[in-house]
Amino acid sequence: MAPLDELRSVLGAEAAEIIGRYPDPRSALLPLLHLVQSEQGYVSEDGIAFCAEQVGLSKAEVGAVTSFYTMYKREPVGEYHVGVCTNSLCAVMGGDVIFAGLQEHLGIGNDETTGDGKVSLEHLECNAGCDYAPVVMVNWEFFDNMTPQSARDLVDGLRSGADVAPVRGAPRLCTWKQASRILAGFPDDQATGGHTAGDPTLAGLRIAREQQGWRPDYGEPGDAHGGDQSDAGSEVQR
Amino acid sequence: MTADTPEAAAGQFGPGVKLTPALSAYWDQPDSFTLAGYRRDGGYRALPMALAMPPDQVIQVVKDSVLRGRGGAGFPTGVKWGFIPQGDGKPHYLVVNADESEPGACKDVPTMLGNPQALIEGIVIAAYAIRAELAFIYVRGEVLHVIRRLHLAVAEAREAGYVGRNILGSGFDLEIVVHAGAGAYICGEETALLDSLEGKRGQPRLKPPFPATSGLYACPTDVNNVESIASVPWILLHGARDFASLGTQKSTGFGLFQLSGHVATPGQYEAPLGTTLRELLDLAGGMRAGHRLKFWTPGGSSTPLFTEQHLDVPLDYEDVAAAGSLLGTRSIQLFDETTCVVRVVLRWIEFYQHESCGKCTPCREGSFWVVQLLERLERGGGTEADLDKLLDICTNITGRAFCALGDSIEPSVKSSITFFRDEYLEHQRYGGCPFDPAASTLFTLESAR
Repeated sequence: MAPLDELRSVLGAEAAEIIGRYPDPRSALLPLLHLVQSEQGYVSEDGIAFCAEQVGLSKAEVGAVTSFYTMYKREPVGEYHVGVCTNSLCAVMGGDVIFAGLQEHLGIGNDETTGDGKVSLEHLECNAGCDYAPVVMVNWEFFDNMTPQSARDLVDGLRSGADVAPVRGAPRLCTWKQASRILAGFPDDQATGGHTAGDPTLAGLRIAREQQGWRPDYGEPGDAHGGDQSDAGSEVQR
Repeated sequence: MTADTPEAAAGQFGPGVKLTPALSAYWDQPDSFTLAGYRRDGGYRALPMALAMPPDQVIQVVKDSVLRGRGGAGFPTGVKWGFIPQGDGKPHYLVVNADESEPGACKDVPTMLGNPQALIEGIVIAAYAIRAELAFIYVRGEVLHVIRRLHLAVAEAREAGYVGRNILGSGFDLEIVVHAGAGAYICGEETALLDSLEGKRGQPRLKPPFPATSGLYACPTDVNNVESIASVPWILLHGARDFASLGTQKSTGFGLFQLSGHVATPGQYEAPLGTTLRELLDLAGGMRAGHRLKFWTPGGSSTPLFTEQHLDVPLDYEDVAAAGSLLGTRSIQLFDETTCVVRVVLRWIEFYQHESCGKCTPCREGSFWVVQLLERLERGGGTEADLDKLLDICTNITGRAFCALGDSIEPSVKSSITFFRDEYLEHQRYGGCPFDPAASTLFTLESAR
């Protein structure tokens, strides 16, 4: 079967479901491109043609959208796409050293993939985990507070097929294609699992509990969390 | 004000501030992200209250709270809702901006991981207020588990009748679509976000018309930040007056202050607006042991740098602006004396260059030339004239770019030259960067020297 026919046959029903979420079919284009990546691992010419016919655009129009967004890859990437944040804060806290170390360790440069197809490498901009710097992402899951050694161990584990779990995220790490499926709007069954509130996330809350001052009191009076809300806020009025 | 904070131990910084965990109140509960957990902790008590009011009254409550947009610009949320024309016969849309990407900003991700139902409840209330029947959560694509949690939250809320047809018997209908972006900082700009949501390249639109009258599909559209919307249930439940009793007169309520970098205890500190960095650092145990604060951003990389002399500036919109910077997203990145300011600023401007959408010349070309000059200065090949050239280029970008991304280039460049002019020149004298990058990492490294 020609690649475009294969995409139609494998993804057609899900593409229709995505388009059905929006008042205007064109709004489905970004999730459709994620969907193509979930099948092909990247956005091929056929993938662009598939999206174009689904939403009624020219291939040139879809190509222009594809090239605008960094998460769409025009070449295959690794089964595990490793991103190292090298924006200022992570870079200074150690991201630059981690990124250089991984390039040397893997023998690949930025936007390149190991020969076994397992790991590709990219330097990232800020991924909104600054309080866990230096941050490394694998298939868009958080690997927090990394060091050069823990980053090397991580990619070694990915290449050897070891069980690797994100530091903050799902219990099991998805492959690149599986992750792309979630981005297209078809989540897997891992939403309820995983560890998601590390020490930085809870830093202020823990102090607030020690302070025993202000209570938000979402709960009913007398329940486990509720406090006296009669003067909530007054003592911190500035 | 003490300028010497060498050890910066806890207790040294000030008399202390009471934290106000509202959105973050139950993040330590293992099931805080589930509907059951949220309801146990008092969730979905605000929604029936809102649905019992006329929509305009809900808008009035939010106006009275003086909640200001938590995405950085600080525009009053209730006023924004009031701009949506009513009785116009067009569909209205609510779009949540969950494209958190400003370097330093890391508050919406833990909010959506830990308590996505507060966002969902806020969305239903906001959509009811502006009379929208379809809402979108535009979430950046690079946070996979956040996206799972959002899908779960919408599904659970629909199952319980908080989303869908005839919500809680009110006759109000609402659908919520979780929409993952694909990697473009510019899509945090609300009109670029709308173009992206329409399946286009994420480029900003000319304003006016504003999204409130001509937004998604040219229909009235309200775009709000995650934290703004997630704060709405609390405001309905406790009343506008309680919210406004926190913070300062013009910058009301609680907000997540995010501390990152060379601080002893980085993380999320939910506190009244107007809290100072000295107070926050006191709670966070000061800077990392043996080091002192050199410079910091009050609100992410697009806000002018502050230094030790700004430790007592109340972190609210007015006081931060009066002191020469911007509150932005309260994303406080702290750097100690081991850090080269030229390196930090260069990396930020490389970011803006990379993320410039290319639509307008000042931003596209200006960011390119600023990077060239900063690179030369960092390598030690620059001259004092380069500093003037930098400032000149920056002056010609700010206010002349199509959107706020271009305006984000000047602040760190100009403020760093103001505070650390000699450090730029030291690179020329030294013939390169005089700092040892190994000294500023959070792990121990063999020095490169």
